Formats: sequence, C-alpha cells, structure tokens
Amino acid sequence: MMMDMKHWKPAGWTMAALAITATVAVAVPSAMAQRDPAYTAARAAGQIGEQSDGYLGFATTPTPAIRALVQDLNIKRKATYTEGAQSTGTTVEQYAFTSGCNLIAKTAQGEKYQTPGGAWKTRDGSPPERDARCP
Amino acid sequence: MKILDKEARRRTIGGRYLVVMIGGSVLAGCVQIDTPDKPIEINLNINIRQEVVYRIDGDVKKRIEQNSEIF
Repeated sequence: MMMDMKHWKPAGWTMAALAITATVAVAVPSAMAQRDPAYTAARAAGQIGEQSDGYLGFATTPTPAIRALVQDLNIKRKATYTEGAQSTGTTVEQYAFTSGCNLIAKTAQGEKYQTPGGAWKTRDGSPPERDARCP
Repeated sequence: MKILDKEARRRTIGGRYLVVMIGGSVLAGCVQIDTPDKPIEINLNINIRQEVVYRIDGDVKKRIEQNSEIF
C-alpha cells in the first residue's frame, strides 16, 4: 500500500504538470490566433501606426472595418492602462505614454509610428524618433 | 562726451551709419544660418514626468507582454 502511494504521488504531479503545460500550449496559440488578419495586414501596410500617447492611430484614412477594429483595441488598451496606473499609483495618461515609448520601440521595419512632433514616420533600421522623456 | 560742433556731430552720425552698414554687410557675407531639419517642437504636455516614466517602465513592459493580443 505504501509503495503504491509512493508510486502514485509522482504520477499525480506529473499529470498536473502535463495538464498545466497543455493548457499553456493551448492558450498561447489561441491568444495569437485572436489577432485579426485584417489588423496585421493594415499594420504591415502602414495604415495603422503606434501613436506616442500609447494608442493606435491611422496614418491613412481607414476603412470602416479597420476603424472599428482599432477603436476596439484602443478601448482595451485604455482598460489595461487604467489597471496599470492604479497598481503603480500614477495617471492613465502617464501609464499610456510610457507604454507608447515601449510600443514605438517595438515597431518592426516598415511599420508606422508617430514622432514627438506628431508626424507619421515609417520605421527603418535606425532607432525610432521618440519623446525625450522615454526611457 | 559733448559734441560742440554741428559738423563734427554730423560726421559722427555718418560714421556710425557707415560702421553699421559695413558691419551688416560683413555679417551678411560670412554668417550662414542653417534652417533646422526638424520642425521646432513645443511640448505642452507637461503632465508626463520622466521620473515616473522610469519608475513604471518595468510594470509597463510586463503588462504589454501579458496582454500581447491588444498590443
């Protein structure tokens, strides 16, 4: 009986670990799959860009579908920024701005971003033009 | 210094103009003012404070990663 228990316990843990791994493995691709191909395409085409305030903006006039998509993402971003601002004890604006710094830094070549002056610029090989207060 | 003679005063004024004109032409000839490449920015957004940006940057990075589906 004791032997059985000893054999069972690791088996139980292994099962749990496998279950967690499986959940993660399933969760990650599904999160990525949520990305609308229309969004990815518009971003790559430079129709959508990262603004310096932490939100998405339009470098060119968008289609109604793209506009709706971006508005939805911006609402979700604002909710995330609000949470972040609360947990760090700062303002939503401040949190969003700091996110903007990071998101502009993360843009890939060919994607659009907004310079501190407000102009849209296409990201090339060089570092992006960011606000002086960006870390 | 008091200038008594009218003629002397005229000469002095004339001299001053001459100096200004020569000075002006010299400046125009030598000084090149480059127009700035970038537009001049006046940032009125004073609510963003750099120290806060630095303090919250780690939290921001983490949150962006955790919510990658909206970023």
